[in-house]
Amino acid sequence: MSLVRQAGKSRVNPVRRFVRRPGRLAAESAALLIAAVVAFPLYWMVLSAFKPAGEIESTEPRPWTFAPTLDSFRRVFGQQEFGRYFLNSVVVAVAVVIASALIAFLAATAVTRFRFRMRTTVLIMFLVAQMVPVEALTIPLFFTMRDLGGLNTLWSLILPHIAFSLPFAIWMLRGFVKAVPQALEEAAAIDGASRARFLWQILFPLVLPGLVATSVFSFISTWNDFLFAKSFIISDISQSTLPMALLVFYKPDDPDWGGVMAASTVMTIPVLVFFVLVQRRLVSGLGGAVKD
Amino acid sequence: MSSRAVERGRVRVGRGFSRSSPRPWGGSRTPWLYLAPALVVLGGLLAYPIYQLGLISLFHYTQAQVSGGEPTTFEGFGNYAELFGDEQFWQVLLATVVFAAACVLCTLAVGCALAVLLTRVRAVPRLALMLAALGAWATPAITGSTVWLFLFDADFGPVNRVLGLGDHAWTYGRFSAFFLVLLEVVWCSFPFVMVTVYAGIRSVPSEVLEAASLDGASQWRVWRSVLVPMLRPILVVVTIQSVIWDFKVFTQIYVMTGGGGIAGQNLVLNVYAYQQAFASSQYSLGAAIGVVMLLILLAVTLVYLRLLRRQGEEL
Repeated sequence: MSLVRQAGKSRVNPVRRFVRRPGRLAAESAALLIAAVVAFPLYWMVLSAFKPAGEIESTEPRPWTFAPTLDSFRRVFGQQEFGRYFLNSVVVAVAVVIASALIAFLAATAVTRFRFRMRTTVLIMFLVAQMVPVEALTIPLFFTMRDLGGLNTLWSLILPHIAFSLPFAIWMLRGFVKAVPQALEEAAAIDGASRARFLWQILFPLVLPGLVATSVFSFISTWNDFLFAKSFIISDISQSTLPMALLVFYKPDDPDWGGVMAASTVMTIPVLVFFVLVQRRLVSGLGGAVKD
Repeated sequence: MSSRAVERGRVRVGRGFSRSSPRPWGGSRTPWLYLAPALVVLGGLLAYPIYQLGLISLFHYTQAQVSGGEPTTFEGFGNYAELFGDEQFWQVLLATVVFAAACVLCTLAVGCALAVLLTRVRAVPRLALMLAALGAWATPAITGSTVWLFLFDADFGPVNRVLGLGDHAWTYGRFSAFFLVLLEVVWCSFPFVMVTVYAGIRSVPSEVLEAASLDGASQWRVWRSVLVPMLRPILVVVTIQSVIWDFKVFTQIYVMTGGGGIAGQNLVLNVYAYQQAFASSQYSLGAAIGVVMLLILLAVTLVYLRLLRRQGEEL
């Protein structure tokens, strides 16, 4: 489809331009085609969520539907405690995002705006912490949570996720904190601002865009997690999160594809919205994290 | 510290970090105060569990000890001996390495190629590709897995229809199942590489490229001798990050192959450790596998640090 659109568009361009840059037309068609291929799974997900059951379970799948229906969504939302799952997911994600942003902000300030003994050691520790395979830590964490009585509570999801999103958040925030000019700090000191005042009323607002970009990663990893939810919420279903609600529809032998696709859509939309809102900052943030 | 203030001036030593600048509010306790929350959280929820992981891997720890109250017995390296003597472990290790390597190579190839493509097209195609990639990036691993499974479903999937494969089941064969997971992993991880490398290419000053072409360098020569060396730090970062992520793939394998495939043919270390611990209640074996993974990733990290050092990057 995008090829057709592209062909129509290229006719508008001056022919001279086409002759001068013959490669560009090919490149642009390729870009559009690849964009369509990359976006196709998401399109198919949303489409299938709206298809009536007969069209989903059809051996002649069509890339459109003339009878969109909310049946699949009704099944998802009508699921027992679905609202509870959604709320739990939101609570966990928001708690992790806020806590890890604040903690990472303080830590990033410490390692970029101060020189102290063992500074490099601390930085390397944060780097190493990024590499830890968190799935392997499910085993000891399970026992710790059990001993502390944390199983089946949202804390068992919030606390580990704060720990696992911190190292990358600190690593990424460094660039943003470093970018705030030293002169500003000196000026604030001369004007008699206390350290805390500089930290929260000057530095914090300036770094906020970077914090938001960093939060995307904490948000995604928390929102997506199903391993901890599966391992730590073992009996009290009311404390479960969205991925578990999705897996209810997904039985390996006889999956309810309509329900799976509708639940997937519900789960993906918040992340997409978050992503699109912060994408510009995200790109510059990655550039910063990589270059520094 | 105050004596250094005189010599400081506005000179910035190295990149971005002024070597001897005093802080208006000096004091060596302050940074530790700021670091305290992070260190407490990481110590309690990362370092301590790692210590425990190592400990569990040295004991005999199964369901009987967990809920039956049987005393735990110290086994030394018995669990490791059992693990290394098990043929399946070596098979899974090999599969993990090969699979991760394939994922990294494909992700990097696709990501870099598309980053270059982005620099060659005008705004509209670029925006389209960017948005599509961001969509793939933002998709949760679990929904990505189910959607790709559905696309390749034997009965109702559009892919088999288009390719005319009838009811070929992708998840039955070992290699076709791995291939399917690979496609999903590449789909959701190439955007990071693409966006980062694209940002890197854009940050190369145009004067450098103009100078090169004024000197008569060919397109290819500009790439090989100017752009790639300038992009090397970024390429190192995306490569290492990809290695780390792809080595730890869990959700995709777990969901797409139903917990490791038929008879465990699609297990990777991460899923293997989880299955040993939580499905077979062999907690100490699972922990031993976790330790092996940890050591491999630590080795990768050390290589990364050496590369950073060699580039003269200041941390």
